Amino acid sequence: MSSVARFWRKIPQRYNLVGTKCTTCGRYFFPPRSLCPDCRRAGKIQEYRFPGSGKVVTYTVIRTASEQFEQMTPYVLAIVQFDEGPRLTAQLVCRSDEVRIGMRVRPVFRRISADGESGVIHYGTKFVPDGQ
Amino acid sequence: MRDVAVIGIGCTPFGEKWGSSFRDLFVQAGTLALEDAGISGEEIGAMYVGNMSAGRFIEQEHIGALIADYSGLATGHIASTRVEAACASGGLSFRQAFIAVASGIEDIVVAAGVEKMTDVGAGASVDALAGAADREWEGFVGATFPGLYAMIATDYMNRYPLTREQLAQVAVKNHYNGARNPIAQFSQEITIETVLSSSLVADPLRLFDCSPITDGAAAVVLAPLEQAREYTDTPVRVLASAQASDTIALHDRRDISTLDATVAAGRRAFSMAGLSPRDIDLVEVHDCFTIAEICAIEDLGFCRKGEAGKLTWEGVTALDGDLPVNTSGGLKACGHPVGATGIKQVCEIVSQLRGEAGKRQVDGARVGMTHNVGGTGATVAVHVLGV
Repeated sequence: MSSVARFWRKIPQRYNLVGTKCTTCGRYFFPPRSLCPDCRRAGKIQEYRFPGSGKVVTYTVIRTASEQFEQMTPYVLAIVQFDEGPRLTAQLVCRSDEVRIGMRVRPVFRRISADGESGVIHYGTKFVPDGQ
Repeated sequence: MRDVAVIGIGCTPFGEKWGSSFRDLFVQAGTLALEDAGISGEEIGAMYVGNMSAGRFIEQEHIGALIADYSGLATGHIASTRVEAACASGGLSFRQAFIAVASGIEDIVVAAGVEKMTDVGAGASVDALAGAADREWEGFVGATFPGLYAMIATDYMNRYPLTREQLAQVAVKNHYNGARNPIAQFSQEITIETVLSSSLVADPLRLFDCSPITDGAAAVVLAPLEQAREYTDTPVRVLASAQASDTIALHDRRDISTLDATVAAGRRAFSMAGLSPRDIDLVEVHDCFTIAEICAIEDLGFCRKGEAGKLTWEGVTALDGDLPVNTSGGLKACGHPVGATGIKQVCEIVSQLRGEAGKRQVDGARVGMTHNVGGTGATVAVHVLGV
């Protein structure tokens, strides 16, 4: 069970894909980083909102999940690479036999999980096949 | 830096130990190790204990003091420290003990590892283990630990010629070895069909591609090499100790199918020992999933990328092969009490180098390696031991 604050402070990133960019070297970060691993203290970090279009790098179909996700199985989990370069782990909203490496995807706003019946409902970003 | 030797080893049977508590397990392993080293306990200057998640599994923190206390060492007020790096906690515990002795700060040091996992249900343990990866950006969206390794497998099989049968052979081989190890969780041999007909956990990984949930503890005693013969006729020298880290999340890695931390720790270990892969007689690698053993064999430099499946299929890594891998049964068949695994690997190599490994003895083994991974490769510990 996570606190409300722990989820609330990540809302810009989870709902709207707000990441960061180092204006010194031009590298993009999602999940966001406040320190550029390449430029370190010479780096200048700015917020950057990712449009979220990208492609599937690798994937699996989760059949056995932790308690929070048990009711959703089977679901497709993938590593998605944004067109700007960064990669993130996310669920795909598609059939398990539909997903393939290199498939183009776009983001959608979805319910991710809930902390029990009376706890916080966690929303965030999943991805759907784009223009196949 | 002083030369360091292992002078005693002890390991509990691994498995679902409903009747044994966390404390029972580490006291059993510690007692076995001290008896093996022929010491009473007063000689011990410090202890390190690898433990991933006692807070989640038994709601107990402050493990260093707890272990010293229940090992009967509280009155001696020895330095006792918990070491945590997820599934690599044991390997790092061994490395900390090695550093303490090598530096000259301590003489007799115990390195232990313990995990009591079955006091919570399967769902809770899956969730606790997911903490080894990135909770905010992997676990939050529903990534399980098998799911992350499954994504490594998908990437690997898309790029290299690894067949589903070759992958299954890793589990078949490790069960064969486990059936010859008295402490192993699983004592049954299995077939390719057993693996391929087991239920899917995270495609393409099936139940028999995965290491189990396990209770267990292991401990070893280290001493300066120059003092080792006072305690044992069969000291085993620590030839190298190396550790490396990488990004916590799989998605941030340079290459999904290569554990760069394994590559780095392996190179450092070979360099420190002055050895190359062909000098290694046997190796215990971190096969939390079958695909992990395939990657480990390659990333440690025993063959080129993409070749480990073929080598496994041809029997090169079998007990009677040129490079026996996971003679203990590995995490797959011996079991994987996460904090204890890295120490159990050392126990297995020491048994082999002493010639005490019974039905799974590798003839003429003189140099062995251990490879312990935390998370999906964010921490790796590699050790080389020799006689």
